Amino acid sequence: MDSKIPSGPLPEKWTNYKASQKLVNPANKRKLNIIVVGTGLAGASAAASLGALGFNVDIFCIQDSPRRAHSIAAQGGINAAKNYQNDGDSVERLFRDTIKGGDYRAREANVYRLAEVSGNIIDQCVAQGVPFARDYGGLLDNRSFGGAQVSRTFYARGQTGQQLLLGAYGALSREIARGSVKLHERHEMMELVVVDGRARGIIARDLVTGKLERYAAHAVIVATGGYGNVYYLSTNAMNSNVSAAWQCHKKGAYFANPCYVQIHPTCIPVHGDYQSKLTLMSESLRNDGRIWVPKKKEDAEALRKGQLKACDIREEDRDYYLERRYPAFGNLVPRDVASRAAKERCDAGYGVGPTGLAVFLDFADAIKRLGKDVVEQRYGNLFQMYQKIVDEDPYKTPMMIYPAVHYTMGGLWVDYELQTTISGLFAAGEANFSDHGANRLGASALMQGLADGYFVLPYTIQNYLADQIYVGNIASNTPEFDEAEQCAKQRIEQLINIQGTHTVDHFHKTLGKIMWEHVGMARNADSIKEAIHHIDELENNFWKDVHVTGNAYEYNPELEKAYRLADYFELARLIATDALHREESCGGHFRTEYQTEDGETLRDDEHYMYVAAWQYQGHAQPETLHKETLNYEHIQIAKRNYK
Amino acid sequence: MNFTLHIWRQANAQSKGHFETYQIENISPDCSFLEMLDILNEKLINDHIDHPICFDNDCREGICGMCGLYINGRPHGNDDGITTCQLHMRKFNNGEDIWIEPWRAKAFPVIKDLVVNRSAFDKIIQAGGYISVTTGGVPDANTILIPKHKADMAMDAAECIGCGACVAACKNASAMLFVGAKVSHLALLPQGQIEAQNRVKNMVCKMDELGFGSCTNTYACEAECPKQIKRQNIARLNRQFIGANIGSDRKK
Repeated sequence: MDSKIPSGPLPEKWTNYKASQKLVNPANKRKLNIIVVGTGLAGASAAASLGALGFNVDIFCIQDSPRRAHSIAAQGGINAAKNYQNDGDSVERLFRDTIKGGDYRAREANVYRLAEVSGNIIDQCVAQGVPFARDYGGLLDNRSFGGAQVSRTFYARGQTGQQLLLGAYGALSREIARGSVKLHERHEMMELVVVDGRARGIIARDLVTGKLERYAAHAVIVATGGYGNVYYLSTNAMNSNVSAAWQCHKKGAYFANPCYVQIHPTCIPVHGDYQSKLTLMSESLRNDGRIWVPKKKEDAEALRKGQLKACDIREEDRDYYLERRYPAFGNLVPRDVASRAAKERCDAGYGVGPTGLAVFLDFADAIKRLGKDVVEQRYGNLFQMYQKIVDEDPYKTPMMIYPAVHYTMGGLWVDYELQTTISGLFAAGEANFSDHGANRLGASALMQGLADGYFVLPYTIQNYLADQIYVGNIASNTPEFDEAEQCAKQRIEQLINIQGTHTVDHFHKTLGKIMWEHVGMARNADSIKEAIHHIDELENNFWKDVHVTGNAYEYNPELEKAYRLADYFELARLIATDALHREESCGGHFRTEYQTEDGETLRDDEHYMYVAAWQYQGHAQPETLHKETLNYEHIQIAKRNYK
Repeated sequence: MNFTLHIWRQANAQSKGHFETYQIENISPDCSFLEMLDILNEKLINDHIDHPICFDNDCREGICGMCGLYINGRPHGNDDGITTCQLHMRKFNNGEDIWIEPWRAKAFPVIKDLVVNRSAFDKIIQAGGYISVTTGGVPDANTILIPKHKADMAMDAAECIGCGACVAACKNASAMLFVGAKVSHLALLPQGQIEAQNRVKNMVCKMDELGFGSCTNTYACEAECPKQIKRQNIARLNRQFIGANIGSDRKK
């Protein structure tokens, strides 16, 4: 596989690339059309930047406004190697932290570029008016996040994602007003159109009228986020889905590392089977909150039954297990490590809460040290959110938290230019696999989404488009468009005509349970094989027995859920297949067969230091594995140690 | 808990709507309002009672601004500082009648049932709710100093999620709180000064053009805002608007 990594020493690769890449002159930019699917951080920033450069951009989102994309929900912050705190940060250190955080399964050149442009992102956002937190001198403030020993995270209270997205949305709105970008809200990408091996357009469904529409372009960018909702319960928004990316995969784009799923340690625990989603409590809380469970099993039992309260457990009877196991990083170990440690304690019988699947996140020390006001200033909105959901006051009693599916490191395989294995099809943000290896560090998703959209794609896409100035307008009345539209139409009709006995949600919840139980936080070969068997069975039932109400040509959310779920079945099988083939533990992928004596991940660098890129071979056919070997030239490979 | 639900049903923008009554039983008090509607929809489909009820929702954690129902006469229901998705059934009494309606405003036409079209908000932002910077070529972030209290006030205003509750709460369906929040956010920051006068004029002009009413000065918008955006932002909007028109340093 050719990842097109530029030659030269790592710190010079991006500079060299930019110096020698092909560009499109301003007059020709006007003649080129680009489709962007998704209006999150990556999509909105890409569309705004490309529109400003002079390209004609069409942007699509499934919500009623581009500002609703799920980037909006990111809470804690965005990393950048500014070293404003004079605490020893640098591009090199951010690069190393990210590679190590990803358990040595990310591509060096991409990660270095990410660290390099991280500072520009902060400059850009401040210029747009993003109200980042400031200190009394008027300078920008920082905090720490997991997996780092410096304070490099910029934040806007607990709503950093919201403010960054509104910044990008503002830039996008400006381009829409100028006419360089055309917005298609409540439109969903149903098919990718490929002509002579190149991405040339999409079929989109108008979600209000149900009409299928054709859009042609010289290049297509997919920035549609991750696939965490395959687990049904996750921190993702209800409408987040894999379908746009999956349609690309079915048309020939390889899908990389699907088994790398991030389970976030600090979420509000599950409480009932009617539950529709899990709410994240930001990682930033681990700056000041201390995580613990009781030392004695009888205390845990009494807490579960409600006979004791957290405040009844004496200090010496509390087990601050992260501080105990990982003294160097303490409560700020990376997410995968913190999640597994919580699961380990709960499985061993020390869990609290009515279900026993929860641990405490305690702010008593922080309130004593800093005062309630400071804690409120830092985390007020998170505390309020918790209080509304759980009906308990976290200023008085510790929060209860448990891990939940949050982010997916895997995604469409892309080369250094963010181009997939289909020419002219690019993938950005969480939708691609590129920068986080087997585990993403906190506050790095916002960084990657904006890096891709503001500072990478506006360059690399031109290297592709430079040759496209000769092809003229792309027609949408060709057999390829006919066929793609027909394909979408058939899929919709088939689903509506089944008229079975179970709702879409019933199947989705069942799939979620299979995935969480067998391909969740801890996996093993037998269990994964069982999962594949269950997925096949459930998928068969779905196509025989699902009941989709309404018709194809109206506003019909049940139908939307149904065609998205149809893709999740195929993806679920691929996640399981990838998890089964990777006979090692790394980052978010933990195989119980491969662990050290003290329960840490055990990598197998000799056999698995590669990106697994899967090629679609038809429905329910085994996919073909392609390997991109990871060459570490710059960094010393080491055991990932946070002790 | 058991409830009697009276829900607005409307097939599409063209047709006439009406209230339909449904009974729902055995709802956990810890269930969220939207999860209660999920359960109802599941029942409507399984028992072949009716088409499921359409309502907008996405993040279900109070930040995307997608959800918004008028519940017992209050936008986002009977609790303060939350969106509909953060409302829990423990806030209701067992056996209560619950009336559920969409946002009602001329500028927000109904798409279906409880779903409305809020594109008007996007159009107001497109009229000037941003700072004109293209990607790249901006100064280092720390060369722009901003007093902490100003940054905090800007953030207070910037927390608006664009849900439209302010418009729904207002007798005149005014969008003054929404526009005031964006104008204030940018007017409080040094970066926003350059375009401040044009911004406020263009946004207010667009707001009027799209059919939003005038401010009633009753502040129902502030009372119902899920992010508790303050009415002072409307005052600042007015000051900015007057300043831009009377004291303008620009040619007409």
